[in-house]
Amino acid sequence: MKIHEYQAKELFARHGIAVPRGEMAETAEKALAVAETLGYPCVVKAQVHAGGRGKAGGVKLARDRAEAERHISAILGMNLISQQTGPEGRRVRRLLVEQGLDIARELYLAILLDREREMPVIIASSQGGMEIEAVAREHPDAVFKVHVHPATGLFPGHARSLAFRLGLGRVQQQSFAALLTRLHDLFLQFDASLVEINPLIVTRGDEVLALDAKVNFDDNALGRHPDIAALRDLDEEEPLEVEASKYDLNYIRLDGTIGCMVNGAGLAMATMDIIHFHGGEPANFLDIGGATSAERVQEAFKILLADPNVRAVLVNIFGGIVRTDRVAGGIVAAARGLDIRIPVVIRLAGTNEEEGLRILRDSGLNFITETSLSDAVRRVVDLAKGA
Amino acid sequence: MSILIDGNSRVIVQGFTGREGSFHAAQMIEYGTRVVGGVTPGKGGQLHLERPVFNTVAEAVRETGADVSVIFVPAAFAADAIIEAALSAVRLIVCISEGVPALDMVKVKSFLGTTRSRLIGPNCPGIISPGKCKVGIMPARIHRPGRVGIVSRSGTLTYVAVDQISGEGLGQSTCIGIGGDPIIGTSFVDALELFAADEQTAAVVMIGEIGGSMEEQAAETIGRGFAKPVLSFIAGQTAPPGRRMGHAGAIISGGRGTAAEKMAVLRRHGVHVVENPAEIGRAAKKILGRVPG
Repeated sequence: MKIHEYQAKELFARHGIAVPRGEMAETAEKALAVAETLGYPCVVKAQVHAGGRGKAGGVKLARDRAEAERHISAILGMNLISQQTGPEGRRVRRLLVEQGLDIARELYLAILLDREREMPVIIASSQGGMEIEAVAREHPDAVFKVHVHPATGLFPGHARSLAFRLGLGRVQQQSFAALLTRLHDLFLQFDASLVEINPLIVTRGDEVLALDAKVNFDDNALGRHPDIAALRDLDEEEPLEVEASKYDLNYIRLDGTIGCMVNGAGLAMATMDIIHFHGGEPANFLDIGGATSAERVQEAFKILLADPNVRAVLVNIFGGIVRTDRVAGGIVAAARGLDIRIPVVIRLAGTNEEEGLRILRDSGLNFITETSLSDAVRRVVDLAKGA
Repeated sequence: MSILIDGNSRVIVQGFTGREGSFHAAQMIEYGTRVVGGVTPGKGGQLHLERPVFNTVAEAVRETGADVSVIFVPAAFAADAIIEAALSAVRLIVCISEGVPALDMVKVKSFLGTTRSRLIGPNCPGIISPGKCKVGIMPARIHRPGRVGIVSRSGTLTYVAVDQISGEGLGQSTCIGIGGDPIIGTSFVDALELFAADEQTAAVVMIGEIGGSMEEQAAETIGRGFAKPVLSFIAGQTAPPGRRMGHAGAIISGGRGTAAEKMAVLRRHGVHVVENPAEIGRAAKKILGRVPG
C-alpha cells in the first residue's frame, strides 16, 4: 500500500525524523493560509501517489504571496501527467505547502527488502534529487549499499560507513546516524516494503532533513497495523480495482479488449500471455482465487463488464480441488442476474468438467464453451475483433 | 526415487483441526499419505480424522516420529508455526498459508539457516510424489508417476501444466510448488539440485513468473552443467511494470524481473523456453522423447 508524501512526513515527524515545516491543504484558501503562516519562500507540492511530480509541473517554489496564489490555483485540481500516472493522469486533490530551505547538498537514502539476499538493504547516494535508477546507471560509483542482517539489526557501522562515503562532515554524520536509526526502526515497526527519501538534504546550517518522503507498506502485514491501513486513499486507486478488493477479487485494469476471469494468479498471468500470443489484448488481470460462489462470480462479471473497452470475455477455470460443476453453477447463477450483451467464452477443465460443461450448455444462456485453452483463446480473440 | 517425500514420509498437520487443515488432511489421507497426527494448541489429547492431536510440534514429533509437517495456520501465525516445526527438528516443513508478512520471512529464513530443516513455501500448493505421497492442496487426480520433475512458483498454472504433461502420457517424479512470495524457503536452484541427484527424474519443467531473480539464478546453475533437459515457461510476459500480479512476488520493479529478460537468460543457458503455456505438455513430450531410457 502507498501513502501520500504528507502522510509519510507526519509519520517521520512522529518518529523524530526531521522534515520541513508544512501542512496539507485540500482547498486553495487553506493552502494560502499555510503559505502565509510559513512565510516565503515556500514550496507548493501536489499530493498524488506517483513519482515524477516535479517534471509534470506539480512542485513549484513561491517567493511571495502572489506567486503562491498562482501556483496553488495552477496545481490544485490539475490533471497531473507523469511517467508513473499513465496517459490519463491523476487529479490533484491535495497540496502540501512547506517552508523553503537553504540547501547545501542533496542526497538519496532508502531502505527496502533485497529479495535476493533476503534481508533489508540500505541504499544511499551522494546524488539526490534524481531518479535513483538513472544514477545507478550513469554513476554506479555514487550509489552505496549496506545490508542489515535480521540477527544483528542496525549497527553504528552501517551509518558510519555510509556517512563517510557520502562525504558528510562530523556534525552532519551525527544527524545522519540518528536519522538512519529512526528510519530503520520505522521500516521494521510498520512492515514497510520501502522507505525512500529523495532528496535527503543537508542545509547550510548542517541540519539533515527529509525534503521528500515515500513509504510503501507490505499489504500482507496491514492486518497488524490498523493505523497505517487507515491512511489508504481510495481516490488514488482505480475505482474498479477498489470495487474488486471489497470482494477479495484480485483485479488489475489493463487497456485491451478481452475481459479475463481466471482462478489462480499464475494462470491468470499465463492466460493474458496466451491471449497476446494469439494476437489479442487482455483488458485486465483477474484472479478469482477459489471463489466459486455465485455472488463472487457475479461481482467479478460486474467488474469486467463495467470496463467499456471490453468486447468479449474469457473465463478460464481449472478445477482442481474446486469442482468445475460447482463453478459452472456459480457462473450460470451470476449470469442470470446480469444483462450480458457481449460474447462470453468459457473454458472449463479439470474435476467434473463434463458435468460443468453440460450445466453451461443447458443453461439456455449464450455461452461459448471450450475445453482446450488454445481453442478458447483463439475464439475470444476473433470475437473481440468482431469476426 | 523421488525427492523430499516418498511412501515412508510421516506427516503431521499444523492447524489440523481448522477448516482448511481438516479438509486437506482428509484428502492427503485418501491419497495414501501417512498422516500420523496433527497439532492444534489447546486440543491436545483429542482424536481428529482418527489421528492424535497434540498441543505442540515437539510432542507430535516425539510421539509419532514425524519428519514432515504441513502448515495451514492463518498467515499472521505462519512464521511462529514454521519456527516451532524447525525447533522440533522437522526435516521438511511445507507452509501452505498465503499472505505471510515479508519481514516475518526475513527472520524465518535467517533462523532456518541455523537448522537442518528445509521449508517449502509459504503461499504454495505443496509437494507431491505421485503414487507415493502428497503433502499439500494440489488435486491428486491429475498426477501420475513418471520421470518429469516439476518446480513452479504458482498453483493453478502448475495444475494446468501437470494435466497437459499427464495428458501426453508422461508422469511426474515429484512436483514442488515453491510459492509466489518474494522470500520463500526453497528456490528453483535448490529444487534443481535435488532433481539433479534423483535417478527417477529424467527431465525438469520449471514454471517461473515475473519478479525477482530466481529464474536467472536457476539459469546460471543450469549453465554451469545440468545433466538433464530443462523446459521452462515464464508467466507474465504481458504484465505491466510496477503492478503486483496477484502474487506478492510477481512484480516488475525498476525495469527488472521482466519475463523477456528471464526467458533470454534461460535460453542462453540451454533451457528450452516455451512462450505459449498451452504447449507445455507437448514440449515436455518432445524433450523427453530425446532422453535415453
